[in-house]
Amino acid sequence: MLDQTEGYTTADGRKIGGVVMEMKNITLRFGGVVAIKDISFDIREGEIRAIIGPNGAGKSSMLNVISGFYNPQEGEVWYRGSKRPPMKPYQVAQQGIARTFQNIALFEGMTVLDNVMTGRLTKMDANVFRQAIWKGRAEKEEVENREKAERVIDFLEIQHIRKTPVSRLPYGLKKRVELARALVSEPSLLLLDEPMAGMNVEEKEDMSRFILDVNDEFGTTIALIEHDMGVVMDLSDRVVVMDYGKKIGDGTPDEVRNNQDVIDAYLGVAHD
Amino acid sequence: MPEQLLFAMEVTLNGLMAGVMYALVALGFVLIFKASGIFNFAQGVMALFAAMTFVGIQNGQVPFSHLINAIFGTKIHYFGWELHSMVAILLTVVVMIAMAWAVQRFIFRHLVGQEPIILFMATIGLAYLLEGIADLMWGAEIKKLDVCLTDQTCLPQGINLAIDETTFNLFGYGFFIDNLDITATIVAIILVAILVAFSQYTKQGRAMRAVADDHQAALSVGVSLNYIWILVWSVAGFVALVAGIMWGAKSGVQFSLSLIALKALPVLMLGGFTSIPGAIVGGLIIGVGEKLFEFAIGPMIGGATENWFAYVLALIFLVFRPQGLFGEKIIERV
Ligand SMILES: Nc1ncnc2c1ncn2[C@@H]1O[C@H](COP(=O)(O)OP(=O)(O)OP(=O)(O)O)[C@@H](O)[C@H]1O
Ligand SMILES: [Mg+2]
Repeated sequence: MLDQTEGYTTADGRKIGGVVMEMKNITLRFGGVVAIKDISFDIREGEIRAIIGPNGAGKSSMLNVISGFYNPQEGEVWYRGSKRPPMKPYQVAQQGIARTFQNIALFEGMTVLDNVMTGRLTKMDANVFRQAIWKGRAEKEEVENREKAERVIDFLEIQHIRKTPVSRLPYGLKKRVELARALVSEPSLLLLDEPMAGMNVEEKEDMSRFILDVNDEFGTTIALIEHDMGVVMDLSDRVVVMDYGKKIGDGTPDEVRNNQDVIDAYLGVAHD
Repeated sequence: MPEQLLFAMEVTLNGLMAGVMYALVALGFVLIFKASGIFNFAQGVMALFAAMTFVGIQNGQVPFSHLINAIFGTKIHYFGWELHSMVAILLTVVVMIAMAWAVQRFIFRHLVGQEPIILFMATIGLAYLLEGIADLMWGAEIKKLDVCLTDQTCLPQGINLAIDETTFNLFGYGFFIDNLDITATIVAIILVAILVAFSQYTKQGRAMRAVADDHQAALSVGVSLNYIWILVWSVAGFVALVAGIMWGAKSGVQFSLSLIALKALPVLMLGGFTSIPGAIVGGLIIGVGEKLFEFAIGPMIGGATENWFAYVLALIFLVFRPQGLFGEKIIERV
């Protein structure tokens, strides 16, 4: 069904491009626990790719492998056509892969604006002396970063809390700030770990709309983990289903929904 | 104005100056603790090491000369130059950056994720190691440190006399403030201003604040922890250099200099371990507190209260406000 290089067209008529990220036979162990067992899948340019599965299935572990927080014992990660050597998370971030965390990792002591500004650090000009000497250039860069940050803040409708310390925000808004910080780096791949967990219906709808808008307006490729099946079906173009570290399904939401293994896993059929 | 009050004011002023010095040492602690959770026992030795390196370079001493002479049977001791203190400071900064790199590369990179107590033990080891290296490099004898030895970058001599005279004309009582204390205060203010500007307006500063706040989040926005830790140790080394020069100018560069770290401890208990304004205010409070206490209560209880006042004050603080003046309230989650 899928052409390896050509991509495909979605039901709503969006063109999906070639493979951006490809996981090949990934296995990840923690001591005796096998969190990911020989999983392969790909993520394509411009698509919204969901990873779903019951608690402890290994979804977050997979996202951590992509973002360099975990290094798998076996398997290969291919990014934009070349095999990626084991990398530190900051190196992965510098390659244009941004992420959010299941348990939110914001800079609690900083304001919303400062948090978002840190998202521009991937564009860091490593030399402090150059900044001191070429003050003009550093200032110009700062102004540009500031503009980008303000634009993202407007886009995600959090202008009213720009100057609020993050520690004072409710959960739902924190999630949105974390998304803003990831977005401002203009990532070519955006990883979201349960962006809607713990939100009420209204907040979920807002967040869904933002994710669709990001994908639509900037053409950002997105991989997300989500528990709410309704949301996943609405948002994503293709879905990977995991259970006990194994991949048990991969395809469009409709295909996955009708997959017997997936139904069993979600209905809690006994494993033997 | 009554004589007593004026005298108390003078004491307060002198206390503020002494406090600046305590604050400088505490500042070095706070920088490293915030960014890496390491309680750096070696901060005092770093000040000693920096001061010795500064004096050695300034006087053109050959590093490791004892060692070299012992091995090769030579008799070299001096290069035979005297460097401008600005040049000596710059070269010492380079040495401190090299030290920061080595500390990170050979010690703390291998201890990432270890318990705080293990990191603390490592800094005790580092303190002894650094003291040994300082001894080997520059020798153990007491050295006179004079920032104004070879140049005119210092404050004009007798500025204290000018202050004395002005205040005498104003109040009929002349304030005496040590020349060196005035210099130290000005230098400290400039240093703090530079640190604030660095942390607020440069990307490295922003990255440093990010690391201090949350390691995982910092990684996810592309900050290399290793790089930031080297940076932080370098900055702490620079602060140690300033503190070491000031302290050394006051009482000579000798190994007891490393004990100034002990004076920083009560400052940290007051100001909190993670607060830069806390370190500064804490230093000032202790400086003023111990001078005023000695002035007002000292004579009644036999004097020499400066030896213990700071520690007792810190103890009282530990009982009533363990998070320090500026630290966040510690709430145990159950
Ligand atoms: N750092 C770690 N050390 C040890 N075990 C881990 C670690 N991270 C994950 N695991 C284990 O790997 C397995 C998969 O965990 P993971 O967090 O990836 O699941 P998940 O699908 O994200 O679950 P959830 O829906 O609850 O977030 C679990 O058994 C977990 O205990
Ligand atoms: Mg998870």
